[in-house]
Amino acid sequence: MTVKIKEWPGTALSSRDIEEGRVLTVRHKLKAEYAWDAGVAIGRYLRELKNGRLVARRCGGCDRILLPPRMFCEQCFVPTDEWVYVEDTGTVNTFSICYVRWDVARLKEPLLPAVINVDGASPGMGILHLLGEVRPEDVHIGMRVRAVWKSPGEREGAITDIKYWKPVQGG
Amino acid sequence: MAKVAVVGAGMTKFVRRAQETGRELSWQAAKMALDSAGLTLKDVDAVVIGSAPDAFDGVHMKGEYLADGSGAWRKPCIRNFVGGATGVFAPIQGWYHIASGQFDTVLVVCEEKMSSCHPHPQGAFITIFDHTTERPLGPNLLWIFALEMNRYMTVHGITKEEIALVAVKNKKNALDHPCAQLGEELTVEDVLNSEVLAWPVNRLDVSPASDGAAAVVMCAEHVAKRVSDKPVWVEGVGWHLDTAYWTNRDLYYPRYVEYAARMAYEMAGIKEPRKEIHIVEPYDPFDYKELHHLEGLLLCERGGAARLTADGVTQRDGDLPVCPSGGLLGVGNPIAAAGLMKVCELFWQLRGEAGKRQVPGTPRRGLAQAWGDLMQVGTVIILGR
Ligand SMILES: [Zn+2]
Repeated sequence: MTVKIKEWPGTALSSRDIEEGRVLTVRHKLKAEYAWDAGVAIGRYLRELKNGRLVARRCGGCDRILLPPRMFCEQCFVPTDEWVYVEDTGTVNTFSICYVRWDVARLKEPLLPAVINVDGASPGMGILHLLGEVRPEDVHIGMRVRAVWKSPGEREGAITDIKYWKPVQGG
Repeated sequence: MAKVAVVGAGMTKFVRRAQETGRELSWQAAKMALDSAGLTLKDVDAVVIGSAPDAFDGVHMKGEYLADGSGAWRKPCIRNFVGGATGVFAPIQGWYHIASGQFDTVLVVCEEKMSSCHPHPQGAFITIFDHTTERPLGPNLLWIFALEMNRYMTVHGITKEEIALVAVKNKKNALDHPCAQLGEELTVEDVLNSEVLAWPVNRLDVSPASDGAAAVVMCAEHVAKRVSDKPVWVEGVGWHLDTAYWTNRDLYYPRYVEYAARMAYEMAGIKEPRKEIHIVEPYDPFDYKELHHLEGLLLCERGGAARLTADGVTQRDGDLPVCPSGGLLGVGNPIAAAGLMKVCELFWQLRGEAGKRQVPGTPRRGLAQAWGDLMQVGTVIILGR
């Protein structure tokens, strides 16, 4: 069939078509604000971040220590059993060196997002966070890191109460 | 279970910004699919629409919005959205509409118009991250791909050079696709020297943002035999979802793709996929994803897809042609339409109608796969003649 079709539909526009008014557009800015409830498990997680601690939940069914914490285990489908404090150290599971923002505008200094497997949680229980106090070229998978906390007065019960994770000496 | 066939396919050009609205694009693809099957809207019992986030178009309830262009007014209609996996899930829905015995003929239409979203459609993706534990960190969509690609490369010791070969192949294949946005003759060096977005991801490792639509007509066996002398049969379907706690999974391997593939292989009676699948259209929004998905589809051992690519096995004239269409990297990536474009490609390839893109050796069976959300949804369809 594709061999028989000579003209395919769909008309490509260039940015000049729009700038020079050859096609008309309508612009609109959505204004939407949300206030998300943190929930039971993450609510406690945030309160503990304010205290400078990371907290997880243990499931008695599979004996996993779940991070981020949840009130039910999605595998066993039972309520989780207890709060467990985990360490604020961990291992870089993977990372990126990111030079663009969400709108693809260029960043002067790259951000270093990483998945960090946190000590004390079950193997593979990573969280998304940022790396800091490290040159991008020195970051590697398997690198040992420690959380750098905001001062107690600055903390507000948010994931950003940890500023970033920095390499542990000798890691 | 009733046998289900694809009897028609159509698509628009994939372009960075289309003059047509999403409804007009949908109509163009739907009309072409119906015409190619020699059918009219009167013959259609039900419609399936696939379209990704409403946020791209800025239109709430996009299924309803696209309904007229998709031929769905005054008909049973459902719109699905499973992220990037939507475009292959839509014909799976078409399949079960018919396999259930409820409908004889179903029109499946997928549309995406990403250009409406300003300043960049990537902004529409921010809300996929957890609003409390992730979004305050200022993430963007590239992060999850970069994190996954790095994990995949590091676990298997695969280099960026090896991965860039996929972009080179697919963009070259797309030169032969009349609807392609980014067909190009490139070298590995071009890919490696393109702007670094989020290491290890460079600009040419990534598919573009696109506008476009695609459609297929599906019908029950008794209709297919009446309207088509070359029906292409749905031999297997599979879909699977993994946890949204994406940082709690090892990203080096797409387990959910494997489970979706196993479901489809079992339905199709396929024991040795590598021997029994003749064309593959895996989802390739990023070049490493083609390799990742070939492994999840059990078409090579884990970590082995780079070797397959380097050896030329996945070229259009290779032993296992992969993305002969040009894929998302070359044809373009209007999310849901891109997945269905892969199904259109199998339809044309299996009927020997793919023109300059035709895979040699009259392939008998092909597989299309799509993937989406927080790297957690896999959808697979197997077509055969
Ligand atoms: Zn459990």
